[in-house]
Amino acid sequence: MKLARKMFMLLALSWVTLAQALPEIQSWKTGHGAKVLFVAAPELPMVDIRLVFDAGAARDGALQGVARFTNGMLDQGADGLNAGQIAQGFENRGATISNGSERDMAWLSLRSLTDDKLLEPSLELFGKVLSKPDFPADDFAREQKRTLVSLQYQKQKPASIASRRFYQDLYGEHPYASDPTGTEATVAALTTGDLKDFYRQYYVARNAVVVIVGALSEKQAAAIASRLVDRLPDGQHAVEVPPVEELKEAREDFSEHPSSQSHVLIGAPGMHRGDVDYFPLYVGNHILGGSGLVSRISQEVREKRGLSYSAYSYFTPMRRNGPFTLGLQTRNDQRDEAIMVLRDTLREFLAEGPSDKELVAAKNNIIGGFPLRLSSNSKISEYLAMIGFYDLPLDYLDRFAERVQAVTVKQIRNAWQRRVHPDRMVTVIVGGSG
Amino acid sequence: MVLSVLRYRSKRPMSVVCLIVKKKEYGMRGWLAAGLAVCMAGAQATPVHEYNLKNGMKVLVREDHRAPVMVAQVWYKVGSSYEVDGITGISHVLEHMMFKGTDEYASGEFSRIISENGGRENAFTAQDYTAYFQTMEKSRLPVSFELEADRMRNLTLPEEEFLKEVQVVMEERRMRTEDNPQSLAYEQFAATAWASSPYRTPIIGWMDDLENLSVADLRAWYLKWYAPDNATLVVVGDVDPEEVFQQAKKYFGPLQAGEIVAPKPRLEIEQRGIKRIEVKAPAELPYLLMGYKVPVVHTAEVEWEPYALVVLAGILDGGTAARLESELVRGGEIAASAGASYDAYDRLESLFLMSGTPTTGHSMKDLEDAFMAQVGKLQDERVTAGEMDRVVAQISADKVYEQDSIFYQAMQIGILETVGLSWKEADRYLERIKAVTPEQVQAVARKYLQRDHLTVAELVPQPIDPKQPPRSGGSAHVH
Repeated sequence: MKLARKMFMLLALSWVTLAQALPEIQSWKTGHGAKVLFVAAPELPMVDIRLVFDAGAARDGALQGVARFTNGMLDQGADGLNAGQIAQGFENRGATISNGSERDMAWLSLRSLTDDKLLEPSLELFGKVLSKPDFPADDFAREQKRTLVSLQYQKQKPASIASRRFYQDLYGEHPYASDPTGTEATVAALTTGDLKDFYRQYYVARNAVVVIVGALSEKQAAAIASRLVDRLPDGQHAVEVPPVEELKEAREDFSEHPSSQSHVLIGAPGMHRGDVDYFPLYVGNHILGGSGLVSRISQEVREKRGLSYSAYSYFTPMRRNGPFTLGLQTRNDQRDEAIMVLRDTLREFLAEGPSDKELVAAKNNIIGGFPLRLSSNSKISEYLAMIGFYDLPLDYLDRFAERVQAVTVKQIRNAWQRRVHPDRMVTVIVGGSG
Repeated sequence: MVLSVLRYRSKRPMSVVCLIVKKKEYGMRGWLAAGLAVCMAGAQATPVHEYNLKNGMKVLVREDHRAPVMVAQVWYKVGSSYEVDGITGISHVLEHMMFKGTDEYASGEFSRIISENGGRENAFTAQDYTAYFQTMEKSRLPVSFELEADRMRNLTLPEEEFLKEVQVVMEERRMRTEDNPQSLAYEQFAATAWASSPYRTPIIGWMDDLENLSVADLRAWYLKWYAPDNATLVVVGDVDPEEVFQQAKKYFGPLQAGEIVAPKPRLEIEQRGIKRIEVKAPAELPYLLMGYKVPVVHTAEVEWEPYALVVLAGILDGGTAARLESELVRGGEIAASAGASYDAYDRLESLFLMSGTPTTGHSMKDLEDAFMAQVGKLQDERVTAGEMDRVVAQISADKVYEQDSIFYQAMQIGILETVGLSWKEADRYLERIKAVTPEQVQAVARKYLQRDHLTVAELVPQPIDPKQPPRSGGSAHVH
């Protein structure tokens, strides 16, 4: 028997190697109440610094789009410097600043070389962008117009239309319902005053998590974290996002679009970060639709029938129950068949759960591939941001593999039957009439 | 999985960081630039170890011991630029079929075995290459080698699997191109810009060619190109180079060499005047594409010219402080988005590309005029020392940042080897960039950004809602 056939019989990975893959996380709070997570990565002379705020679109209220707009305006003018001067300040030193804002998190990141002559001025500028944004009226007006253009752009992409409708249908009146970019009407109505108010309330020390990964000592990291966060008012942590209600019935939502394919999203609110059922749901989904070509959904939809280029399922764990999504895209005239296959695959999985063999294979992939999740500074930064933001325990990564290992077929069946209800799901279709 | 390539504003495979150009999407602020070569002592990438198997296969290994992982990539010198009319897209379909079984392993076994060994795998096809990769915990390297060696020579290509898989590829084409107006515009733009160069056809292939492809075509294509003497194995990660070479010898060594016949040159004929097209498709926004014919490192008669073009692209579009963002997006507010890109590592003569969407209130003509004014300025005035310094600072820093990804490091080595350069090019790159003078930037702007060598395509939006009346012509984005 050839080697490749034999290998998978073995337990995927020894614990020794696992331990080698684990970064050592240092964590503390600054004097002003911001949580800091730091991993020393001395090999490359670079550093990633990320400040994460509980300031995503879940905080929009009636002003849909204000969270993302506020975040996007931070580097468009600060402490009297204009957007061009700020950009030059970073780019002349090879540093990059980036930002983003989704439903839960909003963040601002800096990547720089650790050479003091480069890092020092970039940090100074980064601090200004963070703590002294000006929200200049001209730049606001320009970015408002560009946001409206980007909303138009989304309307020519069936996948974007489907995603927007999916969240609306799943979340109704809940803050997760709206798209982080907002709508044409709400974005057009925003003012610099709205952005400034939002900034003042949410970009505060107690609402911040600082993530640092790079070639620095803990002492240097601590100094940088304080230096950045100390410029912010202490403020208050954002209030809790309300819980998500379960859907009460199945619903179909069809939008006509002049495309040759229909984009299909089926789902319901799923689970949250730190969920008690996280591991049985996660491992189960790996088998159902989360492991690429070898997943059941991909096998049924793509490999056996050639119906779609990508067919998948996944959970998006958020502060509150984020979506459980099944999706595919297919030629309009075979849409009904594809949807039937997708639904049948889910129902069969729910009824019977995975086989022992499938569970072993999934564990081998997840545990055996664990070091790949932490193989770069970028990836480690992402994990730190998640652990910090969602208040997961610091040993989350250390214990991840053993928790996956402990999941049983019975636990998966049980958790899926309690948490996933195909008779109460939304089906969003965007496409031609077929 | 098994993704291929999108030809929308760039020719790079999807999942992959591009080498030279930044890409901008609406709503995204981050950009990926890239340089190659190294700027500071201590930041040097570790050396590449080069080995050659007797059957002609090259093995390139770089150590990176930051995490107990490795990536193995097998690069083949074949892609859409090797194809001829009637079988466009065949390289990419074959890439899909490489997962459909060999004499030893049934269809789907490859992916299942890699998965059970904790691996992540995929493949990508581009104009000038097809590549396969597995990222795995380091001890799993032999699993990857055994399976890759097996499918290099022993693919079965079953008819029934092909019939399903070609449907999957057509769905992929619908998703990436047919239903994406900007991709559609790019595809027709390339088909117009190129007359005799194989860059004329899309990587994913024309739909009609896909519909008429046969398993016999694929078998012939496989026999023609899939052999060790047409492949490069690249490994980056927590490995010992000598050990990797021993494993490569063990698994790939016994494979028989092929009879590789190098592709014909297929040089582009000289363009004699501007080309201009409209592309009408259901869309909300107009989109402008402009491309000039330019040399690349592999084709350049004057060695420094491609590097001057890289710097020129950086002057226009190397970040938020660069000219397009500061003058077209911020200053004049003519563009809602604007970009410029150039890939010095294509195998054949390439395009210097500019693209964008006007702001509401500005016409497509305004945007085109603004791009032309930028070109004029580069031809008339020398770029400033400050701008040159910025481009060099960014490329120097990117050279360090890119070492954060073993995948990217392997990708860079694989591309350079496969387009006919050498991995050593990466080590020379920064030095060459630093040597570029403002006079040289001006010289390449004058020599290559010529109106007679320009192609312009304009996406003219048609109503998405079938009940709406059609909009008027392409220059009427003034609301």
